[in-house]
Amino acid sequence: MPISPVIWQFWEKWLTNFGLLPKEASTIAPEMDALFWFLILISLFGLVLVIALVTYFSARYQKDLHPVAEDIEGSTVLEVTWTLIPLILFLVCFVWGALLYFRIYTPPVNAMNIYVVGKQWMWKAEHPGGQHEINSLHVPTGVPVQLTLISQDVFHSFSIPAFRIKREAIPGRYSTVWFQATKEGTYDLFCTQYCGTSHSAMIGSVTVMSPEDYKAWAASSTSGSSLAQNGERLFASMQCNACHNGTAEARGPSLAGVYGSKLLLASGSDAFVDEAFLRQAILNPSQHVTAGYAPIMPTYQGQISEDGLIDLVEYIKTLHSNERPQQTLTSTTSTEAAPTAAGMVKP
Amino acid sequence: MSATIVSLPDQSTARLPKVNYLNNEHGLLSWLLTGDHKRIAVLYLISTTFFFFVGGAAAALIRMELLTPQSDLMAPDTYNKVFSAHGLVMVFLFLVPVVPAVFGNFLIPIMIGAKDLAFPKINLLSWYLYMIAGTLMLATLIFGGVDTGWTFTTPLSTHYVNTNVVSAGMAVFVAGFSSIFTGLNFIVTIHRMRAPGMTWFRMPLFVWAHYAASIQMVLGTPVVAIAIILVILERTIGIGVFDPTKGGDPLLFQHLFWFYSHPAVYIMILPPMGVISEVMSTFSRKRVFGYTAVAFSSVAIAVFGFFVWAHHMFIMGISSYSALVFSLLTMLVAVPSAIKIFNWSFTMYKGSITFETPLLYAFGFIGLFTVGGLTGVFLGTMGADIHLTETYFIVAHFHFVMVGGGLMGYLAAIHFWWPKMTGRMYPETFSKLAAVTVFIGFNLTFLPQFILGYMGMPRRYAAYPPEFQVLNVLSTAGATVLGLGYLLPMIYLVWSLKYGKIAGNNPWQATGLEWQIQSPPLTENFLVTPIVDHDAYDYEWLAHQTPREVTTVG
Repeated sequence: MPISPVIWQFWEKWLTNFGLLPKEASTIAPEMDALFWFLILISLFGLVLVIALVTYFSARYQKDLHPVAEDIEGSTVLEVTWTLIPLILFLVCFVWGALLYFRIYTPPVNAMNIYVVGKQWMWKAEHPGGQHEINSLHVPTGVPVQLTLISQDVFHSFSIPAFRIKREAIPGRYSTVWFQATKEGTYDLFCTQYCGTSHSAMIGSVTVMSPEDYKAWAASSTSGSSLAQNGERLFASMQCNACHNGTAEARGPSLAGVYGSKLLLASGSDAFVDEAFLRQAILNPSQHVTAGYAPIMPTYQGQISEDGLIDLVEYIKTLHSNERPQQTLTSTTSTEAAPTAAGMVKP
Repeated sequence: MSATIVSLPDQSTARLPKVNYLNNEHGLLSWLLTGDHKRIAVLYLISTTFFFFVGGAAAALIRMELLTPQSDLMAPDTYNKVFSAHGLVMVFLFLVPVVPAVFGNFLIPIMIGAKDLAFPKINLLSWYLYMIAGTLMLATLIFGGVDTGWTFTTPLSTHYVNTNVVSAGMAVFVAGFSSIFTGLNFIVTIHRMRAPGMTWFRMPLFVWAHYAASIQMVLGTPVVAIAIILVILERTIGIGVFDPTKGGDPLLFQHLFWFYSHPAVYIMILPPMGVISEVMSTFSRKRVFGYTAVAFSSVAIAVFGFFVWAHHMFIMGISSYSALVFSLLTMLVAVPSAIKIFNWSFTMYKGSITFETPLLYAFGFIGLFTVGGLTGVFLGTMGADIHLTETYFIVAHFHFVMVGGGLMGYLAAIHFWWPKMTGRMYPETFSKLAAVTVFIGFNLTFLPQFILGYMGMPRRYAAYPPEFQVLNVLSTAGATVLGLGYLLPMIYLVWSLKYGKIAGNNPWQATGLEWQIQSPPLTENFLVTPIVDHDAYDYEWLAHQTPREVTTVG
């Protein structure tokens, strides 16, 4: 920031209290605002210049004062000037904006991941510990948080103005955004992509808590099993292990350690196995056959909800060897059935 | 350097010519079956004005609903239909056709010294297609409306809404063909029908701007037609091009849609830019500063305008590297607009300026379009776009461009050429009052929306958190003023048809060929084909030409 931080804070507080600037509650927010003020400054410069020119010429060259118009063709020097100066200013905006864009859409590797599923007309957030929330999001301060968004139906868009972030939730595809909250408090959360009847009711609140409070909140609102544990239950109930059992004669490839690896496909191409690949491989297996295996896996399109897919993906991510890593199915006391279809309420 | 003294003609002795394009034939059929580009322009003027008030009524409903945070005036579904109607009608039935189809139609043949457009019957067909599209759209609205927004975003439009998407889509499809035919007609006319001596660089900048816009109409519109047809097919028989569960790509629709709809912004703004060039020159009594730069900046906008569409999709999960390219190109397309603004401003330098209504609207255009253009740079800046897109900031931005720019240009045009079209002057005092009212009302309506947008208020919300109310009330108050500002011209222009002062051939002492013939013109425009031996905006030629012997018939 080129100006004194004291003046900056005063200015920011004053505008915020006046309702002219949203609160700055993430590490990105002051960066976005700095870019915004730069854009405002060059815009004011351009606007004032144009108004000054038009006003001065109107006053100076009105017919009463200047009855004889002079014939002027143009001026190459002037025209080059007002081509180059805007061009340079716009290119500065481009570079600055690009840097900020990559910063907002490149989550740090150590970020805590929260899944967010958008559906008409609510947001469902799923924390790694299995905590679910509808139209609200609890996050700790000081920790980078990555949101992995997907939509179950139409396009939605997840926007937190106080964090200055926004990302489209796309049907059938994961998208990510991240933030690091700085100020405790409750902030607005909006769906900004028009999504039908109750679009304007698809709003909620983001609660930013201290890390200790967040830990307490997470402990008190857990459903008892993590996403991976839900996934394990689903894996069993969908009979996935009939083929994917890691034995030598198995009809499906072993899933142990597959996440994060590079896989040779039957089509001859390589694929990097990330969340999106795993999700696609479940829904559209014939396009993702591992080399050496027959294309016998049926599609699970329409049989597993986005929530269920997230559970399965999280479960597969925990598989590091063919040994069952956590025998949670026997250790858990839950007797409720795992969800098998969209719309079913999960434990 | 030479000097030009302006001497306005004596209007008190001017008479309406006995024979002109308005009265040489009579009866409704003579209008409905006409091939005369001027009569077709009048047909368009009436029909676009009608649809402007349809879209305006929807805007009034939107602003009334947003007076309060709750959705209390109408149910959310109704609100969604109303803003969709506003967008669809204003974009496809008003802004895209209005300046080309009314003023381009009326003026391009005269400005280049031709008797008519190259294909008069296709021109009439354009109007009929426009009317079919308008009727389909009205039927869509009357029989339950459509609630997809004007953007038809899939899969909402294909799988999730139960409203009249198919008929609304057909309306857009048909309107698109009307636009393609108009563009085709202009391109052929400008290439093939220029009078002897009318070289490319002697054409008025109005013609250059329409040429650039026509290229975009012809190349861009088929793509939106395809996109809309695919939406209709997906909705009716489920072909699945945009459906991820069938291997389709929901983002593909947005690529196709914006491939047209971003150039469409330039289709809406280039013709009004042409108007501003004419008006600035005429009231400064001076040639446009840097004619070539202004002409080529129109072409540059038309070319670059095709390669920036994905800046509507920065947050949609397109590749970051393609976002980089599209952001850079967006910055480049902003430059020709800046060039135009400065060239228009410097056109006044050492001029001899009088401040009639068209110039006031042109000032309004320059001020508001500058704001609209610069806030476009905010949105083209990738990082800033993340926070600003899909909020009221973008609503304010495109209204500054399309209403502050496009509509101001249209109002400048209608006042500037009203004497030529009707033979009578509009009342100057009332029209100045209207110009000031529109300017104030516009700013009061849309400036608060920039702040609302930065505060994070999403667009297309029937209800909103109460902290946004103050700014929304301001905006609604402004819209009321703006509405009055639009009603005024409607009233006094109709009044002036009977009671306006007789204009005479060239009330503004303008240089265009259209001002050298009688007002209103003959059906054939010219008594003899003009031979052009001077540049556009040559006021010396105008001052020194010998008074024509015969300029009117009868």
